[in-house]
This record gives sequence, C-alpha cells and structure tokens, in this order.
Amino acid sequence: MRVEQIAVFLENKSGRLAEITSVLAEKNINIRALSVADTADFGILRLIVDKVDEAKKVLKENGCTVGKTNVIAVEVPDRAGGLASVLKTIEAVGLNVEYMYAFVNKSGENAVLIFRFDDMDKAIAALTKDNFTILSGDQVCAL
Amino acid sequence: MKMMRVEEIESLPRPGLESIQLKRLQRLVARVYERVKPYRAKMDAAGVKPDDIQTLSDLSKLPFTTKDDLRDNYPFGLFTVPMEEVVRVHASSGTTGKPTVVGYTAADISTWADVMGRCLAMGGVTRHDMLHNAYGYGLFTGGLGAHYGAERVGATVIPVSGGNTKRQITIMRDFGSTVLLSTPSYALNLADAMEDLGVTLDDLKLRVGIHGAEPWSVNMREEVERKLGIRALDIYGLSEVIGPGVAMECPESERGMHILEDHFLPEIVDPETFEPLPPGQPGELVFTTLTKEAFPIIRYRTKDLSTLYAEQCRCGRTLVRMEKVTGRTDDMLIIRGVNVFPSQVEHVLMGVEGVEPHYQIEVNREGNLDTMKVLVEVSDTVFHDEVKVLEGLSKKIQVEIKDLLGVTCSVKLVEPRTIQRSEGKAQRVIDNRKM
Repeated sequence: MRVEQIAVFLENKSGRLAEITSVLAEKNINIRALSVADTADFGILRLIVDKVDEAKKVLKENGCTVGKTNVIAVEVPDRAGGLASVLKTIEAVGLNVEYMYAFVNKSGENAVLIFRFDDMDKAIAALTKDNFTILSGDQVCAL
Repeated sequence: MKMMRVEEIESLPRPGLESIQLKRLQRLVARVYERVKPYRAKMDAAGVKPDDIQTLSDLSKLPFTTKDDLRDNYPFGLFTVPMEEVVRVHASSGTTGKPTVVGYTAADISTWADVMGRCLAMGGVTRHDMLHNAYGYGLFTGGLGAHYGAERVGATVIPVSGGNTKRQITIMRDFGSTVLLSTPSYALNLADAMEDLGVTLDDLKLRVGIHGAEPWSVNMREEVERKLGIRALDIYGLSEVIGPGVAMECPESERGMHILEDHFLPEIVDPETFEPLPPGQPGELVFTTLTKEAFPIIRYRTKDLSTLYAEQCRCGRTLVRMEKVTGRTDDMLIIRGVNVFPSQVEHVLMGVEGVEPHYQIEVNREGNLDTMKVLVEVSDTVFHDEVKVLEGLSKKIQVEIKDLLGVTCSVKLVEPRTIQRSEGKAQRVIDNRKM
C-alpha cells in the first residue's frame, strides 16, 4: 500500500540537480515522479524511481545525503475535481498533508497523486474506505 | 591633587617605575605561591621559588598561565582570597562551553576604577564631560569597568549599555553627550542611524570617542572620526587581566597605547618559542598583574599579537606603548565585541542529536556589523524529507549558539563534504572582514 520514495538534500547551487539525475541515468534508473521543495537556503529532492535501493546506494556513493520515506500513491481519473475528492476524504478525518505532488500516467486517463500525511495509517484507512485506488510501488513504476 | 600624583607615576623615570614594579611583582609571586595550589604546583614543576625573583628579568623564569589553566580551575580555583572577600565576578567566553571567570575584591574594584579613570583622563575626559557608555553592562567587563572609571574621573555617566540605537541617538542629542564609549563598529552603527533619523553633527556635542573590545583598522578610525566629528582613541583591556583599562592611546601618541605599567607588567614573547622579545619586535602579548588581589594572573598569554615600544611619548609619559592588536595566535574571533571560539560552536553542534561536527564559520562585515554564518553539513541521521523539520534544525542550532555565545548567527545547512578539508583537517573559519 505504500510507495518507497527517495529524498535527497540539495544545497541551492547550480548544476546540482543535473548531477544527480545523470548519476541515476548512468545506472539506468528511471525516475517515475519527482518534486523539489525549496527554501531560501536549501532544497529537498523527492524521487520515485524503479530501483529504489540501487538509487539510494549510487547517490550515497556520490556524496549525497539520502533518505528513504514511505508515501502513498493514489490514482484518480484525470479530470476536474480529481484531487479535490481525495482531499475531501482527508480533511473529513482531520489529517494534514505534509507535502504532495502529482503526475499523469502515459495513457493520460488517470493522474497519480503522491502524498505524505502526518498519519499514514489513518490516511490509508480513510482512502480505502472511500474506495480510492491506492497503488503499490511496483504499480507506480509499471505505469 | 590626585591627578598630579597620577601624572607623576605615568612620567616617572624608568628606574623609579621599574623598582615599583619589582617590589609589586615579588609580593605578588610570594602571595600566589603561598595561597594558590595550581600556581604553586606549576612553579614547583618549573623549579622556581618566589625568592628567585630578584630582578624584573627574572619574570621569564615563571611559568605562563593560559586560558586552559583558567578552564581547568573553573570557576574560582585561581582566586587567592576566600569568596567572602570577593565582591564581584565577571565572565567571558571560554574556549568550550565553560566561561572564563574572574573575581574582584573591593580593593580590586577600586584599582579598576583608578586604571580605567586614568585611561579616560589620558583621553582628555574630565568632570565636565557627559559620558555616553554604550559598552554592554553585565558579565562582560566592558560596561561596568568603563562606568566605574568614568565615575572616578567625575564625568556624568549615562549607563546606556548596548542596543536600542534610536533611543541612544535621542539621548546623545538631548543630554548633550560629549564622550562616546563603545566598540568601533557600534560607533559606526550609531553614525548610520543618525543619518536615518536626520540628526546631524550640529545637533551633537560629541568630541571624543574611546573604542575597544574588537579589532579595528586605521580606515575604520578615520570613518568614525569623520562621521561622528570626534577624535577616536583606542583602548585595550581583557577580563583575565582586569577588563578595560589596561592600556590607552593618548591623543599625542603616534604609535599605540600606553600600558599602565605600574599595575600591569607587559612582555612580548615569540609565539612559537615563547622566548621574551625586545621592544620593537612583534609577538604575543603577555601580562602579569601587579596589584590585583582576588584574581591576580602571572604571565598570562593573551594570544593577542602586538609590539611594544619603549621610546618616550611626546605627551611625556614614560609608560611603554603597545601597538594596536594586529591579530591572534589562536582561532578566536571577535564578533560584534563578543569573543567567539570555533570550539564553542563545535560544542553546540555536538550537543544537537545526530549533527556531525562538520561545520564552517563564515564571518562577514555587512555595513558596519559583523555577521556570522555557520555552515553545517547535513548527515543522513538528521536529514528529513520535510522542509519544516530541517528548518527546525537550523533554528535549534541558531538558538543554542545564541544561548551559549550570546551572538546571533545564521545557520546554513549544506551537503556532506562541501566543507573543504585540507590535509584531512577542515578549515573552520572563513573571515571575510577587512581589518
């Protein structure tokens, strides 16, 4: 039910993102989704990749600070109100979104929403109850 | 009458002064040997007894005292009198978490007022002056030390302390302050704030500024003098010796500050061999207090680099002069008048769970203010994928540094191994200030 996500600490300096993505490219690691959270001083790169452990290893070897966290991937129809319906469920049980990002799958029919909640178990329970499709890591990479 | 006596001692022919110094030194060494175990232990180890001090040059037989000795005997271990005779303590930052503590008897407080008063008098301060004392009051010796000296001279003291710059300018203008005591950078800060408030030099009566507690360049002096319309003079002191009032520049001196040698015996030693150097040669400044009771100190290595000049000054004083401090033999930084050791920053970082001691301190001068930025490498242990957690970490480090050092800094989280390691050892300090 959970998807493993890699987070990388980024200092705000030019070329850093390019370096990291080329390191992954060399190892033939495919990035399925990503987001960058940025502040005035630093950034956090969050990645969903097909080979999580290998990606973590290779990034560490290249001197990055890397963390692994669990996130939830929810698949919704790619049309108006898709995200709103998920957030309604979340709000109803009083949960907070720590961060989120989204991508549209290849067919273009569905959107995949990646969430980190303050209480992941409670979120999974609420989303399951309201019949949302929660994807596994393999499913996300297979899209 | 009192001032006559002071002038007499300051222009005494050298043999007269030196015989006073020798008598006081002999008495000091005997007392310290008898009363303070750590001193006795060090003298015994060096095979020197109080009776071995027969001339002033025998001073070099005595062991040095360093900041480590102060730390090892924290807080009161080097005091020579019981605590009931100590009427005040002050403290400055030590090299790690523990401060350096100094104590004063009632007689010491009076001696301090005397020496500081003589420094102010040397700068031309009299009982007709309105003295604006912007040195910080508190554990730092600057504020209270200057205060007592100013009262000894009989000036009207405005104990304004640091901060609240706008109010300071209003007070300077409305009270008609004639003398400003502050760090040189704060003097420039006041000058800039004056411009913002539309206060001009015509609104002020300032005529002299006495500035110390941090290094300042000749250019900075010119700027202070021009912007505030004053004569800016240099003063030197350190809490381990007494506080402000150890040496003072007279308006006629073309090189350095007169050391009040009847109270403080200076030496310059080679920073590597620690051999005494003759006047005119630069080295590390070492002081022995001659008259202090509660916390006398023998051959204290200040780690300040300076040069002594023996030639008599145009003002007539025979007191030796010391060059404006040109640097440090250790890594101590002075940020807005506060002593900061990189080891203190390290101490704070080590106390924050998961933080590794890979850090660098970047010092800049923005406008007239020193700024300190601490770069900390983010390890896997403290790294988190949420922004608020990492920002919380920066904030925590910032608050703890402020608590320990009393200096506000900014904290920048950086990637691992971005801090240069030269020969396996990181360069801890990047000081971009131009002194």
